[in-house]
Formats: sequence, structure tokens, C-alpha cells
Amino acid sequence: MTLPINNDDGDNMSVEAAPSKSSLGDVASERAKAKMPGNAPLGSGLEARGIHAWFGKHHALSDVSLDFAAGTVTALIGPSGCGKSTFIRTLNRMHEFIPSAAMAGEVLLDGKDVYAKGTDVTKIRLQIGMVFQKPNPFPSMTIGENVLSGLKLAQLKVSDRENLMQECLERAGLWAEVKDRLGAHAGGLSGGQQQRLCIARALAVKPKVLLMDEPCSALDPGSTLRIEDTIGQLAQTMTIIIVTHNMQQAARVSDYTAFFLSDGGPGSMIEVGPTNEIFSRPRDQRTENYVSGRFG
Amino acid sequence: MAEKVAPPSPREITTKPRVSDRVFRGTVTGVGMLSLLILTLIGLFLALRGFQTFKSEGFHFLTGYKWESVTSDSGQVTNTFGVGAMLIGTILIASVALVVGVPLSVLCALFLSFYVPDRLKKLLVSVVDLMAAFPSILYGLWGYFVLMPMAEYWAKLLYKYLRWIPIFDAPQPFFERSPFIAGLVLAIMIIPIVTSVSREIFAQTPLDRVQAAYALGATRWAMIKTVVLPFGSSGVVGGAMLGLGRAFGETVAVFTVLNVVFKANFHILYGAGGNVASMIILKWGEAVGDETKALLAAGFVLFVLTLLINLAANSIVKRTLKSGK
Repeated sequence: MTLPINNDDGDNMSVEAAPSKSSLGDVASERAKAKMPGNAPLGSGLEARGIHAWFGKHHALSDVSLDFAAGTVTALIGPSGCGKSTFIRTLNRMHEFIPSAAMAGEVLLDGKDVYAKGTDVTKIRLQIGMVFQKPNPFPSMTIGENVLSGLKLAQLKVSDRENLMQECLERAGLWAEVKDRLGAHAGGLSGGQQQRLCIARALAVKPKVLLMDEPCSALDPGSTLRIEDTIGQLAQTMTIIIVTHNMQQAARVSDYTAFFLSDGGPGSMIEVGPTNEIFSRPRDQRTENYVSGRFG
Repeated sequence: MAEKVAPPSPREITTKPRVSDRVFRGTVTGVGMLSLLILTLIGLFLALRGFQTFKSEGFHFLTGYKWESVTSDSGQVTNTFGVGAMLIGTILIASVALVVGVPLSVLCALFLSFYVPDRLKKLLVSVVDLMAAFPSILYGLWGYFVLMPMAEYWAKLLYKYLRWIPIFDAPQPFFERSPFIAGLVLAIMIIPIVTSVSREIFAQTPLDRVQAAYALGATRWAMIKTVVLPFGSSGVVGGAMLGLGRAFGETVAVFTVLNVVFKANFHILYGAGGNVASMIILKWGEAVGDETKALLAAGFVLFVLTLLINLAANSIVKRTLKSGK
């Protein structure tokens, strides 16, 4: 694993201060190994190379390269409009749903470009799951059906539905609250419960990577805490990338943090590194300004 | 020290509109109410003129199969008027139209909402809307000369393989000008309205649910099945009922295609039948006296039927659009 990669602005990055790529990479992969005692097959993670994104003529994101080691949590932080949501939507090819949206660059999942010609995009999205900002369970389905909806949508067969349902709900930290009303409609759950249901739903298709686009921004502090717990648990078995506006959250849940910023032009990644370093001794002045609350 | 001052009562705010504004407002109000007035007057006219028939025939007017005006040698006129057979025909033909037309319309709406390339979309949408504007006699003629020979063949197939189902049976193997063929013509005629209502509902599908489905690895069809159709189903029902309203009332196309016979015919493939509207047009030319009144009474039945169906359809469509469920 190669972390960190600074996308551009070599002048802002003092070579001495930055740890060499290989040494940090070793740290990252050791962490990853330490996290999976059973050597769960996590694959080799996700790699974004030179990602650009456009909406029509508007250049929204410029040249972002980031590696996500298997079994790590990476937080993407930055002020609104810096392109971090756009960036994670390029990772599972949700970006292309917006009419006139375009992208350049490569996203490698286990070394294979997800944008390669002839790729079945539905298979990509099965491996790279997503949780959205607003909880969006299917209101016409029951809680149980929601959890297994991904299997139905992707026409996957599973032998033990009950077990899978329970396992996913347990991993999402929702089992205890809903085990007696799996047949109830999902609309009756609170916002935080709905969001954990969405996490359980994303887990049921066994993705290798889970993208979370500000998953707690619509939730109260208690629900936020529960979801952060959940993220901590999940990181043992999968790679998680979380967009957040909340810097404390980034500090609490992530192993690595990447700071995005737009200076009027397209958004780009300013800096990435282990989370404690980004928050204690960032290399770039702009990161320092942001994490210390001077703007944003 | 703060002495309490009673708050003033709210002022009445008024404007005195200019004369020109008042004249214009009066004009648009009048014209706007005109449609309601005309509709009410038509209903009243039919009810009043048909009243005598309703009184003499009673409930039998709706259930009776006979439509006769017999003058005996002594000059005594015996009338028996019942639209039962025609009501059965109306329902049969409209059912065929719905069974065939609604699935076609839903598929058409799905294509227009989710599959059509942007360049083609505008053109196709306006073509479908244009279909609604064609005079129905054109559908009738086309149905008679083009559709009927083909439909007769389909009818023979249905008769051969499915005649164990009563409605596909026939007293004689005579399949020309049957309710089945009239229903097919109507199916095509209701496509525009059902398609456009369905399309409107599908377009309201909440984007977050669509994205949720795609993010779970859904194919487009799986997404439509899981998200769009459950969301839009009640809207499709509303659209289908608007189509039903048209199918009930359609006159000329049915009259052109169908062999109108005054008998209760439950066999859709058999070349005899009728609906209330085509009956009225058939009998109108020669009707005198009591029969004219009876025809107006039949018209009132049709009026009420169509009104009720359209009201129900409208409320379903509106509720769906509003609730977003």
C-alpha cells in the first residue's frame, strides 16, 4: 500500500516532514493484517488514480490519486463543494447517473479498472457498497426485506436467509432493536435506525469496500455515536471510505484522513496521511487552517 | 414602568381593483365556470328526458336484455327497453381494451422514462400524445381494414386452444366484428392517456430510492421492478381508470368495427355485441317517441358511469402524485 500520495503542489510538502511512501505503506498493510486475525480475504483494496470529474463544462474535481488499503477506514474531509462526495461517487460508478457527468482516470479494485470496457457495472457496485447521506430504506418493504433487498435486486441466491439477515443487522448494530419486528415496515424506524438498516442492507451483498457519504449528517448525536461504533466493528472485515463534515468524527473513526479543498476552481486533494498526523501536524498550511477550525 | 399598551387590532387590507381588472376577472370567471355549467346541464337534460323511461322500466332498464317497441294491430304500443346486454358489452369490450392496453402503455411509459435516448424522447412523447388527438373514426377504419384480418386469426387461435375458458368459447365459429376486435382497437386508443399518466408518475420516483437500488448492484430492470413499479402502481391504476373512462364512452370506433346485436353475449370472440354508446348511435336515426326518451336514459347511464370512473381515476392519480408513496 502506498500512503500517502500528495496529488500535486509539491511545494507545500516538505520532503523531510513527509514519511517515505514505503514506510507508511508498510504501516498501513501491517495495520490491515493486524485487523484481520482470520486472514479474511479482503483483497488488495481500492486505488484511485488521477481522478477528474466534470458536470457538463464544470470541472468539479481535479487529479485525485488515493489508495485505500484493505481493512482501513479513510475519512475524506473538507468544506462543502470541494468534490469529496463527487470523488466517492466515481469509485462505485454512481457518478455517471447524473446526466452530463464525465470523469477521467482509473479506479482499481483488486488491480482491475472498474471503468474498463466490458465491465459489468452491477458487479462493481456489489463489491463497492454505498450508504447515503439521507437514510433511504425502501418504504414498501419490511425491515427484513430491506436487509435482503440487495440479494433480490442483484438476483443472488443465498441458502440461509434468516442467518444472513441476523448477521447483517447485528453487524450494523440494529439487531437488538428490531429482532421482534422484522416484518414491520421500515418507515416506522427512527432516522438513526433507518440509517443502520441501510448499512445492514449494504452489508448483505458482502461488499469488499463500503462508501459512506456523510452517513451521520442527518442524525442526532446518539445515533451518530452508534454508527461510529458500527464503523469501527466493520473495519475489521472491510475497507471503509467515509465522507464527513465533522472533523471530530473523522478523528474518531478513521485510520487515514484525506483533506480536499477547492480554491474557486475544481476541487482537489491537498493532503492525505494517518489521521493523527493530519490532525496534529499537517504538512500543508491549508489543512492546518481547516482542521484547527480557522475556516470551513 | 413599562405600561402595557393594548395591541391594535389587525387592519383590514383591501384593494380597489380597477374597472379593467374587474371586467377581465368577471370574464375569466364566467368562462371558467361555463364548463361546469355545461356538464351539469347535459346531465340534467339527460336525466329529465330519460326520467319517464326510468319510471316505467324501473331497475329493469339496467338489467333487461330486450330493446323493443312493438306496435300491435290495434295500434297499442308495447315498449321494453333494457340496456343490460349493452352494459355487458361495454364491460367486455373495455376489459379487453384494459387487459391489452394497460401493459402496453406501462411498457411504453417505462421505455420513455428510463430507456429512450434523449434525442428521441421528445419526438416519441409528442407522437404518443398525438395519438390521443386522432379522430376515432380513423382508428375505427384502420381497425376494420387492417387489424381485423389479423385479429381474426388470433381469435381463431384463442378459440382453438382456450375455448375451455367460457369467455373464449363461441356459439358459432364466427369471429369477424367481435367484441375482442373492438377491444383491441380501444386498447390502442387508450394507450396515450395511460402512457402519459404512468410516465408522469414514474418521473416522480424518489431519486434516493433509485440510487439506493443501483448502489446495491441492481440492473435497470431490477431497479424498476423494486422501486419504480411499487411506487407508481397506484398511479398506473389511476391512468388505467382514465383509459377505462374513454373505453366506456367510445362510440364511433366501436360502431365501425363491431357487429352491434341486441343480445347478451359473454363470448368476446363471437362476432356480435355492442356497447351503450354504439347502441345509441345505431338506434338514434329511426327512434321516435318513447324510444328517443329511452335512448336519452341510456345516455344518462353512460354519463354517470363515465363521470364516476373519471372522478375516481382523477382522485387516485392526484393522491399518488401528492403523497409520493
